[in-house]
Amino acid sequence: MTRLTVNGKAVEVDADPATPLLWALRDNLGMTGTKFGCGIAACGACTVHVGGQPVRSCVTPISSVSGPVTTIEGASGDRVGKAVQDAWIKHDVVQCGYCQSGQIMAATALLKSKKNPSEADIDSALSGNLCRCGTYARIRAAVKDAARTLA
Amino acid sequence: MRFLENALRTQGAARLVPVKLNRREFLKATGAAGGGLMLGFAFEATAQDAKKMVFPPSSFIRIAPDGTTTVMVNRLEFGQGVSTALPMLIAEELDCEWSKVRAELAPAAEVYADPGFGIQMTGGSTSVASSWKQYRVIGSSARAMLVAAAAQQWGVDASKLDTRNGFVIEPAGQKRRASYGSLADAAAKLPLPTRVGLKADPADYFIIGRPTRRLDSQEKVNGSAQFGIDKTLPNMRVALLVHPPVFGGKVAAFDPTKARAVKGVEAVVQVPVDRGGTGIAIIAKGYWPAKTARDVLDIKWEAATGPTTADQLKIYRELALQPGLPARSDGDAAAVAQAAKRIEAVYEFPYLAHAPMEPLNAVIDLKADACTVWCGSQFQTIDQLAIATASGLKPEQVTLNTMQAGGGFGRRANPSSDYLVEGVNIAKAMKQAGIDAPVKIIWSREDDIRGGYYRPLFVHRVVAGLDAGNALRSWNHTIVGQSILKGTPFEKYLVKDGVDSSATEGVVDTPYRLPNLQVSVHHPEVNVPVLWWRSVGHSHTAFVMESMVDELARAAKQDPIAYRLALLDPKHARVRGVLQLVRDKSGWTGPVPKGRGRGVAVHESFGSIVAHVVEVSVDKNTIRVHKVTSAIDCGFAVNPLTVEAQVQSAMAFGLSAALHGQITLKDGVVQQSNFADYPVLRLPEMPEISVHIVPSKADPSGVGEPGTPPIAPAVANAVFALTGKRLRKLPFDLAQA
Repeated sequence: MTRLTVNGKAVEVDADPATPLLWALRDNLGMTGTKFGCGIAACGACTVHVGGQPVRSCVTPISSVSGPVTTIEGASGDRVGKAVQDAWIKHDVVQCGYCQSGQIMAATALLKSKKNPSEADIDSALSGNLCRCGTYARIRAAVKDAARTLA
Repeated sequence: MRFLENALRTQGAARLVPVKLNRREFLKATGAAGGGLMLGFAFEATAQDAKKMVFPPSSFIRIAPDGTTTVMVNRLEFGQGVSTALPMLIAEELDCEWSKVRAELAPAAEVYADPGFGIQMTGGSTSVASSWKQYRVIGSSARAMLVAAAAQQWGVDASKLDTRNGFVIEPAGQKRRASYGSLADAAAKLPLPTRVGLKADPADYFIIGRPTRRLDSQEKVNGSAQFGIDKTLPNMRVALLVHPPVFGGKVAAFDPTKARAVKGVEAVVQVPVDRGGTGIAIIAKGYWPAKTARDVLDIKWEAATGPTTADQLKIYRELALQPGLPARSDGDAAAVAQAAKRIEAVYEFPYLAHAPMEPLNAVIDLKADACTVWCGSQFQTIDQLAIATASGLKPEQVTLNTMQAGGGFGRRANPSSDYLVEGVNIAKAMKQAGIDAPVKIIWSREDDIRGGYYRPLFVHRVVAGLDAGNALRSWNHTIVGQSILKGTPFEKYLVKDGVDSSATEGVVDTPYRLPNLQVSVHHPEVNVPVLWWRSVGHSHTAFVMESMVDELARAAKQDPIAYRLALLDPKHARVRGVLQLVRDKSGWTGPVPKGRGRGVAVHESFGSIVAHVVEVSVDKNTIRVHKVTSAIDCGFAVNPLTVEAQVQSAMAFGLSAALHGQITLKDGVVQQSNFADYPVLRLPEMPEISVHIVPSKADPSGVGEPGTPPIAPAVANAVFALTGKRLRKLPFDLAQA
């Protein structure tokens, strides 16, 4: 049994300690907002926060999770996360939407660490989050807008 | 042109039973039991032939007592915005309050067939174009029935009543009003109107044509959206399937001991797979145990082989030197021999995987007398029939629920329904193994990249003949690549005299006046499954046409846009309009920023025309695209916000392939496996892009795909302008050019 704190709630996961956090969330805890895209930390769809830091949950064994976990389901509980979600809606960012949980968690982590990110900061923070629909132009606009809202 | 329905009829009677949902089943399926207005039409009806409409088997609109209006979308939503656009069409004619409109993806049922294709499907950028009349007629009919219900209740003539924003109103007399929600039950009991009108003047539209945000944003930013991969049933198992390394390969032997020992693994079984092969399915209590077991599974495969890409290219290049099956022949085939000058070019395009962000998956609940499936299908009718055949059930015993999908780009519209048939095989094997439970099939990313059904590898060779004054006198064009449609139900309709029209589209229908045009095709047989990939044949033909035309413009020492405008057949006025718009919006006639090259390309596909002007720079052979100015003529833009998003999206998809995409094989084994070795476009590579829509009152045409074809040639033409190097092989490699 592995004990985790997910979105502020203490939970127990009955799974092999090597199980990636992604599958513990999806298969054991029934939280499907975090997505599976590649399984090798190459696409960012599974991005969650552990201890406030963005991590790729598909390669993070539950045994190594030492801080509280925030997933997309808990993103709106945070001022920055909520601002990012609102900007996403305002800019009509999503298309298929499959990568957007990861995009939003990565963008939120960026804005938590840098209040006024430059173009280069945005490019760098989100370069590992793939979107096959090509929503990138609106993602950039929404991140900048969210930063303005939070300023 | 209900050609697909006819195509399916050729498959044998057992596969042909039309599938109907009866009303009660439908109500159960959508949780709508207990009232509300439901409307259904068995086929497309226009205002003129509305009298042919029949009442349910099925429905498109549900109005709840609080006015919430749910529109059944007869398409797959996978990013293209159809679950916003189709409700807009209904809302416009229904005259309801937009904030109360919801969308729901329709399950497989005959009533949801595409009015043009005759089957339920999403493809060819047709969703809005095909439903443009259908959905407005449905909205208008519902409005008329609500008005009739109010007229009956109030004892007045319906002609005295009007509607406004979800209410029937009585403008004169007692000035009564009643909400649609309060009238829905009564309206549902009335006969369908025999005649309905549609708004004739776009100036009267309150929502169509206005930039409208998506209905599905909220659920997609908070993680609550349910994709196929998110579907969960009580007691459900997860299955992974190990495919043979060579397409159609077979298991020689396997030892399940280590895999079976992984905690949570319940069965390791051999199952039939696509293309006559066999594979090993692992059934477990979750993805991770299945994956862990797969990693330790010992399988020996029967010896099998297939193509090696470098050798295949050599063969294709040889074939391109010889004329193939004629696809178009104008004027004098010998004209090229008399040309004063010739420009000859060979173009090469790799296999491409679709690589949607959501890997293929399906939830299958197989019972003795029924099979229920949840998946993001682009081909509900075909998939439903395939599931029935595979499970030994009648089509009406198969329920296919459409889940929204995380992209698809053609991969979820497979005439062979490969992953669903394999899924049913796994469900059957589970039953034999004594596991009586529903199963979720999940493909890993490696399964997706190596799973075949690629955009075919193509080689084109063009010889353009010029006179001494550099005027074009002949165009000889040979196309080499596998047929996508051969052996599918589509063959009969889209393959003529051996020529697969999906390989020649964009060439044989060129808008340019190309004198003595000769086009021929070779379709080699290769053991690699191929499929349509966003924009299908246009994904390679546009590159060839727009690269060669650019070369001709350079040879004639003319401005590339001016040259194109002069070469265009005057019949193609819309192409002219798009070129002129992109010229004006891109600053084409102004100076090119220092260190950059500028290029253009234009192409028509799926009834629409897109042109891109791009600015590029090159640093140590790395191409960077800085800026894209796009123009599109897609007829009337139902949702300009979606049109803009789709042009951006299609451009990015094409740019991704141009810069990175390639699947290669060695002895039949795919060499790539995941995003690490099949890279796709990343955010830092996304250019600044502006999209300009040609104002039009013509019926809407395609939007999802037409932005893809012209981006690669625009970039190649810009690179030439900057470096003098012609890129003719994709993905681009300046070091090799």
